Amino acid sequence: MAVNVINEKCKGCQLCVKACPFDAIDMVGKLAVINSKCTSCKVCVSKCPFDAIEVDEKEVEEVDLSAYKGVWVYAEQRQGKLQGVALELIGEGRRLAREISAETKVYAVLVGDDVKGLAQECFEYGADGVYVIENPLLKNFTTDGYTKVLKEAIDEYKPEIVLFGATHIGRDLAPRVAARLSTGLTADCTKLDVRVSSYIDYANKNTTLDTSTLDPNSDDTGLKQTRPAFGGNLMATIICPRTRPQMSTVRPGVMSKRDRHEGATGETIVVTPNLGDADIRTKVLEVVKSSKEIVSLTDADIIVSGGRGLGDASGFELIKEFADKVGGVVGSSRAAVDNGWIDHSHQVGQTGTTVKPTIYFACGISGAIQHLAGMSSSDIIVAINKDPDAPIFEVADYGIVGDLYKVIPTIISEWDGAEALFHATEEKQDD
Amino acid sequence: MALKIIVCAKQVPDTNEIKIDPVTKTLVREGVPSILNHDDANALEEALKIKDQYPDTHITIVTMGPPQAKDMLIECLAMGADAGVLASDRALGGSDTWATSNALAAAIEKIGEYDIIFAGRQAIDGDTAQVGPQIAEKLDLPQVTYVEEFKLADDQKTITVKRQLEDGYELIELQTPCMLTAIKELNTPRYMSVGGIFDAVKVEIPTWGAADLGVDTDKEVGLEASPTNVYRSFTPAPKGKGEMLSGDSEKEVVDKLLVGLKSKHVI
Repeated sequence: MAVNVINEKCKGCQLCVKACPFDAIDMVGKLAVINSKCTSCKVCVSKCPFDAIEVDEKEVEEVDLSAYKGVWVYAEQRQGKLQGVALELIGEGRRLAREISAETKVYAVLVGDDVKGLAQECFEYGADGVYVIENPLLKNFTTDGYTKVLKEAIDEYKPEIVLFGATHIGRDLAPRVAARLSTGLTADCTKLDVRVSSYIDYANKNTTLDTSTLDPNSDDTGLKQTRPAFGGNLMATIICPRTRPQMSTVRPGVMSKRDRHEGATGETIVVTPNLGDADIRTKVLEVVKSSKEIVSLTDADIIVSGGRGLGDASGFELIKEFADKVGGVVGSSRAAVDNGWIDHSHQVGQTGTTVKPTIYFACGISGAIQHLAGMSSSDIIVAINKDPDAPIFEVADYGIVGDLYKVIPTIISEWDGAEALFHATEEKQDD
Repeated sequence: MALKIIVCAKQVPDTNEIKIDPVTKTLVREGVPSILNHDDANALEEALKIKDQYPDTHITIVTMGPPQAKDMLIECLAMGADAGVLASDRALGGSDTWATSNALAAAIEKIGEYDIIFAGRQAIDGDTAQVGPQIAEKLDLPQVTYVEEFKLADDQKTITVKRQLEDGYELIELQTPCMLTAIKELNTPRYMSVGGIFDAVKVEIPTWGAADLGVDTDKEVGLEASPTNVYRSFTPAPKGKGEMLSGDSEKEVVDKLLVGLKSKHVI
């Protein structure tokens, strides 16, 4: 799938050079020449006014992928407790399975020691079946142990898609499993589609992509995995056309759980792993839960975030007071974390946590793209910033240009009166 | 017994400096500096700390990238590394993480002996965190990712690390040789020293192409060999701009905000 310049059509206008995100087009005389940095991202193709750049969509070698069926979700558990992202992915996996065909099933895969009791919860959140892989050596997560048993189960049962939560464990395990299977893995996906038609719907609603070249009636059911790149400056949709399974990691909080169906049941498949002491080369001496306050940004309804505009670490005292008042959780920008003002567990953004609260208050945050990538799907965004040109105002539903040290205390003092204020305004309108 | 350490690093654009042209909707790359990836600087620093303790330790930096990635290797040498290797070849271009790890694993095997491989957890341009573990897989090494604390025992073989979790940490023991990926909590990278810069420019940095690495350009590296391909790319559609609130006093502005939030039934 190489991108080529058709020399006869190239006019040397350099629009493609400017458009290329990877600095992969050089001008040689009056001709655009694609260099080795090209990733075939195809951004240049649509930017060329002369149709001088073509994609050589080489006939994909026929590989028989039909032996691979069904969608697997790695149902991550820690100390016998299912992680929220596992339940979110069971919901998403079920949606994808049904998009492939009405008969395609979603399976949760439980790995651990004495974890079969978690199967019920998986069924209730939408799993058609559960694979249970148990062994005392799997009590704690180890890269070696978990990679071996998952890889062998995938070899035996051949799922076409495997999803992992992009947690500190999922991001350790998934690349290792994918490499052992010599298949592709796409990290931190924010959107997954199977049918070309649903990808077109998504792209038309949310992106600047020209979808006119895509065929909505195509029978292609390969997984289209969309993820941010370049710190969220560019979105790329990745496919895995020649190998199976297709593997993705998805950040916690990005997908939605299905409603719980109490009492739902399904098929349980017990897999007996082939595992010995010598297979595991790391020894977990201790698993320590941090005593520090656990920040649950992903579940928060309201998030109050502070950034560089706070000026110093003490600004977070005001942010905390604000958050307590509105029943919210404290978040932060990367700048505030990098300055050492607050722990990284509060960080929202491409390299922090992805959030979608009902209300996101951005206080003294300019709105670097990498921050926006982690919070722009919040229902309502309120931005408070001194700089009227701050990019955060481009995504804000409500923008206030002003000194946050004056605005926030006013919000705190007025908050409880909001109800009365609202009725007073309504009555005024009724008059 | 001198320790041999390999550090995997990447030259990346400073993604904080990238902006989108509001008219053309394309990335503005002009004036965006190329830097040593942050987590990789932490990886190098940890290796340098070992060298501080055991001065006969030998540190080799390995990177894959275009010819100008040599600048980053010189920076690493100036910080205190002993040698640098650049894997660079047009045939490596367009490699995904699987293919990249094939090239880097081949480079590491060509370097030869090692006790510890350090890498950054992830690069800020791709954010995948996949290449470190995938190199470890190709070299059949045990790995620990998200390392926030590192201790090497006196036998210079037994390692104890703290691996960061979202809600705490794991304390893990393992033996060399192994792959460890660093996060910024691990340490504070040092600056280049004047003497280091002076010495760095004298170090010869070999460039290894696909043939030197002995990798198959049809099956192991490059665009065609990569299991994943880009289907489409685009810039995200900007969300419509909302309402700017103004008034004569903070109270007036805040009252407008609260009425707005109430009318949308979010409070």
